[in-house]
Amino acid sequence: MSALSPGFADPVLDAQACFRAVLEAMSRPGRVVTAGAALRPPAPLMPAAAAVLLTLADADTPLWSDAGADAEAWLRFHCGAPFAAAPGDAAFVLVTGAPPTLETLQAGTEEKPQHGATLVLQVAGLEPGRGWRLTGPGIEHEHRLAVAGAPDGFIGAWAANHARFPRGVDVVLCAADRLAALPRSVAIAEG
Amino acid sequence: MIEQGYNFAYLDEATKRMIRRAILKAVAIPGHQIPFGAREMPLPYGWGTGGIQVTASILGPADVLKVIDQGADDTTNAISIRRFFTRVAGVATTESTAEATIVQTRHRIPERALREDQVIVYQVPQPEPLFKLEPRRAETERLHALADYGLMHVRLYEDIARLGHIAKAYDYPVMVNGRYLMSPSPIPAFDNPKMHRMAALQLFGAGREKRIYAIPPYTDVRSLDFEDHPFRPIRAPHACALCGSTESYLDEVVTDDAGGRMFVCSDTDYCGERQASAAQEAAE
Amino acid sequence: MYVAVKGGGRAISAAHAWLDETRRGDPALPELSVAQIEQQMGLAVDRVMAEGSCHDRFLAALAIKQAKGDLIEAAFLLRAYRTTLVRFGASEPVETSAMRLRRRISATYKDLPGGQVLGPTFDYTHRLLDFALAAEGETRAAAPEAPAPVGAVPRVTEMLAREGLMQREATDDAEPGDLTRQPLAFPAARPVRLQNLARGDEGFLLALGYSTQRGYGNAHPFVGEIRVGHVSVEFTPPELGFPIDIGDIAVTECQMVNQFKGSRTEPAQFTRGYGLVFGHGERRAMAMALVDRSLRAEELGEDATAPAQDPEFVLYHSDNIEATGFVEHLKLPHYVDFQSELENLRTIRRSAVAAEGARAGIAEAAE
Repeated sequence: MSALSPGFADPVLDAQACFRAVLEAMSRPGRVVTAGAALRPPAPLMPAAAAVLLTLADADTPLWSDAGADAEAWLRFHCGAPFAAAPGDAAFVLVTGAPPTLETLQAGTEEKPQHGATLVLQVAGLEPGRGWRLTGPGIEHEHRLAVAGAPDGFIGAWAANHARFPRGVDVVLCAADRLAALPRSVAIAEG
Repeated sequence: MIEQGYNFAYLDEATKRMIRRAILKAVAIPGHQIPFGAREMPLPYGWGTGGIQVTASILGPADVLKVIDQGADDTTNAISIRRFFTRVAGVATTESTAEATIVQTRHRIPERALREDQVIVYQVPQPEPLFKLEPRRAETERLHALADYGLMHVRLYEDIARLGHIAKAYDYPVMVNGRYLMSPSPIPAFDNPKMHRMAALQLFGAGREKRIYAIPPYTDVRSLDFEDHPFRPIRAPHACALCGSTESYLDEVVTDDAGGRMFVCSDTDYCGERQASAAQEAAE
Repeated sequence: MYVAVKGGGRAISAAHAWLDETRRGDPALPELSVAQIEQQMGLAVDRVMAEGSCHDRFLAALAIKQAKGDLIEAAFLLRAYRTTLVRFGASEPVETSAMRLRRRISATYKDLPGGQVLGPTFDYTHRLLDFALAAEGETRAAAPEAPAPVGAVPRVTEMLAREGLMQREATDDAEPGDLTRQPLAFPAARPVRLQNLARGDEGFLLALGYSTQRGYGNAHPFVGEIRVGHVSVEFTPPELGFPIDIGDIAVTECQMVNQFKGSRTEPAQFTRGYGLVFGHGERRAMAMALVDRSLRAEELGEDATAPAQDPEFVLYHSDNIEATGFVEHLKLPHYVDFQSELENLRTIRRSAVAAEGARAGIAEAAE
């Protein structure tokens, strides 16, 4: 058995810094921030996605992942999160390959929309200033975000997710040590 | 000197994670109240425990914290909360709105426009805007789900019918992003327009009622009104006796027992800055 | 020239120094020790443990000393300390039928297995001030001792249940909700309601319980049984997988027997109101049992019209730490809000006067 690579060097302050990055990303959809640059999680887990889960997931949040046994063992050890049998049972869904359709994830109810899941979606690259056109709360006029390796049909699926607001899924896009967020409140148009 | 025996910013990490998750969902659903497992804090419920828990969950060593109560940095509860964070987080504090990265507030929004790199945290006594009309939370939750805010419109319209205008002077309800009716906390209605499309992130914490909600930057925040009775922010029709401002929100100070009174800025940092720059101009 | 009030920080420090001084009282008198409070103010300690939601006699006694005997303030100190402690998990359910009893009484049977055990009680004392206590240095003769009941003492309600006359409680092995971690939500399950009541303010519970006896809720209670004593607490560490005894706690349990008319699906039978609290807290346990039963009105298909039958009303207002904080926050400055109300009132009055003037003018012109 290989030794697990370490989690945050300073669990308290590193989690705080990562949280602020995610908060910034969620508050200003499409803005690209960095997180987890010092982490070396097992492949295919990327540093930013690893940092997000170290910061937010724990014993109270069922997690579902397609990232394989090594990543799962790492997350189990560092987060202590229970693993859900299906994506629809999870509070956090980590996707490194083809994602499950958004409709299969928890979307909350009209009364408790906060129970909608958070999808941590790894992509090949994130570049601000071009690409998708984002509008909605958190955005003064328009944010542009180019997502390399976004899943096929994502824009269409997102429109359906956005349309059922306040229910819905929130997405954190991660590429290497960069991330950007798509809260359910944001509208996306092709660039 | 940071207090020994407690975690950074007092809360344990599991509690912070729980609050952080609630904050992120609150940002994703602007104006919607998220129930959270508020903890007992070493300050009483009703004295800012919700704001304190939100601040403790976002605060880091690089932050500069400003705490105001009634617009002033030197009010006793603001001092007490600032001391608490100095004690448990060793964080830098300031009385200057411009220098702060986090502003925790009770009952006011600073006069100086907040920037993108700032966060404002409101202490909220009663997060439910409908509570005087429907005290049952199971029922108000349903009304929010249906976006059924007829009760509030009727209440405001009754004011107009009886008094000629809306009698709500503070905690004046707002619609956030066209979807959720929200309590802005007991800020004067004068401050409501500052919430509209504010550049800074606005977070709201209610400890006793165990709710967190948020307004992302640049989000529409409309004070409820009627076409023939548009919302009008009210301030005392005077100039500040110290800095001369006719724009700021004023406190009325009783100066004697014979009807003597004067009006001064409630935002002490704003007033102080204006006095300092006036003094400088006079010297030049 | 007006200068804004400053020096709040100095004022706070000075006020707290004065508080310390008044806490100590006259330094010519000996200082109270925490052990003295723990031993000689035992029922205050019990109340603080219950409302402070933390079973630790030493900490409760310390809190009472620090709070100058203000028991709600003491419970608050204990709660604020408790919330910083690491939560290891939930214990196994305590087995109150195996309680080591100091007191056990039933009002429904004259005699019963295990007997009536009065224990240390104020009942039947004549409430005459005992001036002998004012003279210090008392030495009292030791109380006579009888052999304690041996083995498990059966519960009154269980005897009735075996006869089919007492409704059986639904059993559920799921871990109950925990109000210290999740906010109250409605409908609230009975375990959550019971947790809320067990920590609730004794005066509030007492008044609500009392109201059910006076027609606000139509209760017909009998004290099936009250027992006071010690129970073992067992905890199963995940790494062991079997329960270990981690110590004893003092508790008071009250089971109220209540009439139930029956419904389409259930025959007429007795139902239970349940109270279980830390320490010796008989009044609290009884009031809790009354309120627990009245909160079951909807579940049992009864009319729910009284305050004690309204779960939101009861559960949102029972906590004296929340209540005292919010009531007392009214002494914080509110001058911004007050100012906005002032301006508002002045505007309304100005427009009323103007309207009155206009009306008078019209009337004059018409004449």
